[in-house]
Amino acid sequence: MSIDSIFVHKMWNDCELSKMVRGGVPFPMLSDAGGRVGKVYGVYDEDAGVETRGRFLIDPDGVVQGFEVLAPAVGRNVDETFREIHAFQLVRESKGTQATPSGWRPGKKTLRPGPELVGNVWKEWKTEMAFD
Amino acid sequence: MAEELKVGCARPTGGPVGETATEKTVETEKAEKEVVRMIRVGRKAPDFTAPAYLKGDFINVKLSDYLGKWVVLCFYPGDFTFV
Repeated sequence: MSIDSIFVHKMWNDCELSKMVRGGVPFPMLSDAGGRVGKVYGVYDEDAGVETRGRFLIDPDGVVQGFEVLAPAVGRNVDETFREIHAFQLVRESKGTQATPSGWRPGKKTLRPGPELVGNVWKEWKTEMAFD
Repeated sequence: MAEELKVGCARPTGGPVGETATEKTVETEKAEKEVVRMIRVGRKAPDFTAPAYLKGDFINVKLSDYLGKWVVLCFYPGDFTFV
């Protein structure tokens, strides 16, 4: 979503993005004239008249589970977005019985929060596990 | 899910859903500025409608139409920006 019109979205997709992604952008490119939606989400910069690089994860109940906002000159990390979605899906499927520690990726160990884990995380999780 | 959008010469627009269109006095505008609206995790994502371009078509998208699915909502400064 950006403040550009859908006509400009079409031109950007057809002239440039479709040369990077086969078939073009596969999801809706949303137009937010005047930044009205961006204001509600706290990402509209009135001084510049544009929206910052905000990324919101919204669960199937319509609840915000996470967000990240970056200044314009630094791009996002798509892998991190996927990692977070996988983690939130796992936690949701476990109905909150499992949690994903720092550095978790699909296939890595999860933790089961409870009285026995208090003060014992060091036995279950090592610092190296925070890194790839 | 998404309805097709009839496109005329005006730029189609959307906006937050459920926003009240009341006339604002200077005082209410001041009060609004003091209330910092911030998205919080664990709270509902504000619903909105927005015109969109999708694979050759112009459509109208409503966030709440995606209930039941995970949604990644991305904002960016503008088309043809570099990163």
